[in-house]
Amino acid sequence: MNEALAPKTPVKVRLATTSLAGCFGCHMSFLDIDELIFEFAGIAEFDRSPFTDIKHCGPCDIALIEGGVCNAENVHVLRELRANAKILVAVGACAINGGLPAMRNHLKIDDILRKVYADPERGGSTVPNDPELPLQLDKVYPINEVVRVDYFLPGCPPSGEAIWKYLTDLILGRMPRLERQIFHYD
Amino acid sequence: MSDPTFNIDELPVPFKPGQTILEAAKAAGVFVPHLCHHPDLKPHGGCKLCTVVVNGRTQSACTYKAAAGQEVDVDTPELDAMRRSLVQMLFIEGNHFCPGCEKSGNCELQALGYEYEMMSPHFVEFFPNREIDASHPDAMIERNRCILCERCVRASRDLDKKNVFGIAGRGGKATLVVNSPSGKLVDSDFAVTDHAARVCPVGAILIKRVGFERPIGERAYDRAPMSAEVEVCEIPESGS
Repeated sequence: MNEALAPKTPVKVRLATTSLAGCFGCHMSFLDIDELIFEFAGIAEFDRSPFTDIKHCGPCDIALIEGGVCNAENVHVLRELRANAKILVAVGACAINGGLPAMRNHLKIDDILRKVYADPERGGSTVPNDPELPLQLDKVYPINEVVRVDYFLPGCPPSGEAIWKYLTDLILGRMPRLERQIFHYD
Repeated sequence: MSDPTFNIDELPVPFKPGQTILEAAKAAGVFVPHLCHHPDLKPHGGCKLCTVVVNGRTQSACTYKAAAGQEVDVDTPELDAMRRSLVQMLFIEGNHFCPGCEKSGNCELQALGYEYEMMSPHFVEFFPNREIDASHPDAMIERNRCILCERCVRASRDLDKKNVFGIAGRGGKATLVVNSPSGKLVDSDFAVTDHAARVCPVGAILIKRVGFERPIGERAYDRAPMSAEVEVCEIPESGS
């Protein structure tokens, strides 16, 4: 290769992250890798992510999805990341089985909205109907019921240590695995 | 005379005549996964987690008697994959949200998920809507977590001699019912001191006011995996 065209620095892994129907706990847990973030910055860079505030995703290597799918916007975001990422990882309990938001699944969404927004006894009047607001789905869905998911990283949230182990396994081309000490559903 | 033996994964295991494969394996310190089985209760053979291959045929280790010269496979990739699928199906049939369950860490279903590296429930979630019965002052039933193992049914019938619990309905409609005029636990003969209050492997029958006595992270399966044979379907003594 012409030396002038050769990349000056090694190509970095491009990572996108998003939080759908989640609490951002998994993202906070990601930051619990503490000073390893410097090591991470040496081998990877962020695409769309709450850490960068980039609004739309470009082609990337790994997408980490926190949270289940509760509304139409979640579906669009999830599909965008799936279309752009080579590897998509469901991170945390909500992405994997709906988690705590899915505890609304036995109730009718209509009843929930009326109770929360339109109950006169609780000071409500009408259910908000602004076109800017994403429409709620009938249920909260695990992300693997909406798009194909390559890997699952359980935990509520997975610890920083678990996220680091999983990510480095993926980046180094190993089958990602968690030792029992850092493998939790809660 | 020494005890007769049979082979588990090609290693000889002694047994006493009349012992099941599961009992003999446990006595010898060999882990055979199980969920509906409880050492104090009659074998049920319902959950199929303890499925092993005996002389080439699949059998439930909790009900099948050990016999001299048997070749038993317990820990094989095929059986482990089947067990993982069984655990996944039990997860999606109910509402098993570990982060919000006070049984987390002491739950045998969860522990089996860890044992077989279940990273996701894989199948499409049912998200059932089953009745919760919090009528009793000392215990509650959360049917969304019930896996129909019938431990409470057997404990109440055979140990407590009360016959408080039963399973009604078939297939996907099968549900845990309470033997009382109202169908509520408070109107039954159930007492918090019953064996039936303490044998639930999951968070379906919970004793009230002791839920977080031991913090998450310090519970039985947080400390040791299920294959280390820790018995946990006991609420800590101080809680009763």
